[in-house]
Amino acid sequence: MSRKLNLRERYQRMTRDLAWEPSYQSKSDIYPQMEFEGIKIEDWDKWEDPFRLTMDSYWKYQAEKERKLYSIIDAFAQNNGHMNVTDARYVNALKLFLTGVSPLEYAAHRGFAMVGRQFPGAGAQVACQMQSIDELRHVQTQIHTISHYNKYFNGFHDFRHMHDRVWYLSVPKSFFDDAMSAGPFEFITAISFSFEYVLTNLLFMPFMSGAAFNGDMATVTFGFSAQSDESRHMTLGLEVIKFMAEQHPDNIPIIQKWIDKWFWRGYRLLTLVGMMMDYMLPKKVMSWREAWEIYFEQNGGALFEDMARYGLRMPKYWEQTIEGKDHITHQAWGIFYNYTHAAAFHTWMPDNEEMDWLSAKYPDSFDQYYRPRFEHWREQAEAGNRFYNPTLPMLCQTCQIPMGFTEPGDPTTIGFRASDFEGNRYHFCSDGCKDIFDNEPQKFCQAWMPVHQIYQGNCGGATVPDVLDWYHLNFGVDNFDYAQSPDRQHWQQWKGEAAEESDAPDEAA
Amino acid sequence: MAVKAITPDYKGEALDGVDNFHGNIMFHVNWEKHLMFCAPLAFAMPPDAPFSTLLEETLPTAYGYHPDWKKVDWSKVEWTLDHEPFDPKPDASLEENGIVHRSLLRFTVPGAEGIADSGS
Ligand SMILES: [Fe+2]
Ligand SMILES: [Fe+2]
Repeated sequence: MSRKLNLRERYQRMTRDLAWEPSYQSKSDIYPQMEFEGIKIEDWDKWEDPFRLTMDSYWKYQAEKERKLYSIIDAFAQNNGHMNVTDARYVNALKLFLTGVSPLEYAAHRGFAMVGRQFPGAGAQVACQMQSIDELRHVQTQIHTISHYNKYFNGFHDFRHMHDRVWYLSVPKSFFDDAMSAGPFEFITAISFSFEYVLTNLLFMPFMSGAAFNGDMATVTFGFSAQSDESRHMTLGLEVIKFMAEQHPDNIPIIQKWIDKWFWRGYRLLTLVGMMMDYMLPKKVMSWREAWEIYFEQNGGALFEDMARYGLRMPKYWEQTIEGKDHITHQAWGIFYNYTHAAAFHTWMPDNEEMDWLSAKYPDSFDQYYRPRFEHWREQAEAGNRFYNPTLPMLCQTCQIPMGFTEPGDPTTIGFRASDFEGNRYHFCSDGCKDIFDNEPQKFCQAWMPVHQIYQGNCGGATVPDVLDWYHLNFGVDNFDYAQSPDRQHWQQWKGEAAEESDAPDEAA
Repeated sequence: MAVKAITPDYKGEALDGVDNFHGNIMFHVNWEKHLMFCAPLAFAMPPDAPFSTLLEETLPTAYGYHPDWKKVDWSKVEWTLDHEPFDPKPDASLEENGIVHRSLLRFTVPGAEGIADSGS
C-alpha cells in the first residue's frame, strides 16, 4: 500500500477485511451456539461498529493508560497512600469491592473471549475481543491495589479462593456464572446492556467518587482507568440491543425477557453497593436513594422511552425498586451486621451524626423502621453484648442473598415466594427472583447455596471457625465488629490516636 | 419450562434434595415483626425430633437475645406452616406435625412488636 489510508478505510482493513467466508466447514459447525437461544440474525454486516477503533490504535491507547496508571500506583505505594484514607472503616468498603467485584472483571474477560469466539460477525468479534482484553487489564490493576492494601489491612489475602466459597461472595459469583453459562446473546445482553449500559453508573460513579472523597487514590486511579474503557463497553451494550431488535421481530420477546431477568439480578447485586454508599463510607457521597433516582429513574426511564420504538418496555418489577429504594440498603447492612462473624470485613453501627444523615436522606423510612433497631444494637454493643445472629439464614435460591428483603408496601414483613420443581421446594426473596427461577428451573435447581452446603457437611465442618477455616479467613482477625478489630487497633497506632477506654481491643498488637 | 441449552433435553441435577442432608431435613423459621434477626433462619434436624425440642432448645438459642423473648408464651403463639394455619403438637415429631424438607414455619407472639414497636 503506497497511499496512506484514511481512518474509515484503515478501520475496514483492520477489522471486517480480516474475516473470510468459510469454504470447507459449515458455518453452523464453526459457530455452534448461534441458534439455540432463538435469536434470529439475518445479516451480520448490518452490525454498526460503535467505536471505529482498530487493534493497533487500541494497543497504543491502552499502553499509554497503563504507563500512567502504574506510575500513580507506584507513587501511592511509596508514599504510604493508604494512610491518607479518611478512616480505616473505609477500607472495609474496599474489601467488599475488591473481593466481590474484581473477580467479576476476570469473569468478564473470560466471558467476552467466549462470546467473541461464538459470534460470526467480524465487527462483533473485534468489539468483544477488545472488551475481553480491557477486562483482563481491569482485574490486573485491581490486584495491584489488593496487593498494596493487603500489606496493611486484613481480609484481602486470598480473594481468589474466597470468591468460590464465602457465603456473600456467592452473590456476585453466581450472577456472573449465570451469565457465562447462558448463550452468547444472553450473556452480552446481561453484561453489556443490562449491567454496563443500564446499571454501571450505579457501581462506578458512587464508588469512585466515594474513593475520592475518602482519600483513596489507588482506587480512584484504577477506577478512572477502567472508566475510560466503560464508554466503549456501554456503546457496545446499546448496539447489541439495537442490532438484535432490528434483525428480526421474533427477537423482541426474547430480549425483553432477558432485560427483565438481568435488571432484577443487577438490582439485587447493586444492593451491596448501595449499602457501601450509605454505611461504609466515612465521608458520604450521596445516598443510594439519590443515586437510584438519578441513574435509574431519570436516565433509565429516558432510555426505555427511547426503546419503545423497538417494542421494548421498562424491566418488569421496576416499580418495586422505587418503593425499595427506601429500604434495601438498611436491610442489607442489617444482614452483614448479623453475620459479620462469618465475613472477611468488619461492620459497625452508625454514630449519631451518621444516623442523622440517614434520617435526612431517608425521611420516609429510617426513623420509623431502622433507627430503633440500630440504636438498640449500638447500646447493646456498648454494654459488651454485641449482637451476632447465631443461626444460619434462609437464602433466596436465585440471588443467594439472605431473605432479608421485605414485602413491597410492608417494611415489617419479610417477602416470601416459593416454587415446587421436580419434588423439591425452592424459596425466593421477591417476584423478580421467583420469575427467574420459574423460567429456568433446570438451571437454578443446581445453584450452590452456601447455607445448604454447610448443612450438607461440605464446608469444612459445623462451627463458625471450621467454616471460616475452609473459607481461608482468619478467625478473630478478619471477622467481627470493627470496634474490636486488629485493623482498628493498627490504625490508631499509626495515627497516634488513643484508643477509647470503653471499646479498646483487649489484646495488644 | 425447559431451559434453553445446547444439548437436547438438558436436565439439571438438584443440589439440595433431602437425600443430601444425611438424614436431616432442612426447614425454615421466621419470627414475625422481629427483623433484628435480619432474615428467616435455616435449621437442619432429624424429622423424628420432637417438636418440643424446637420450642425448648432450638428457638431459645436462636432468638433468646431479643428482649421480647421473655414475652413468648407457647400456648398463645400463633403459627403458620407453609402459609397455612398450624397448631403444633409439641410431643409429636416434626414429621408427624407435617414439617417436611424446605417447610417454612412462621410464628407471631401476640403483644410483641419488636424494639420500640418498630417491627425490629
Ligand atoms: Fe471492567
Ligand atoms: Fe432473591
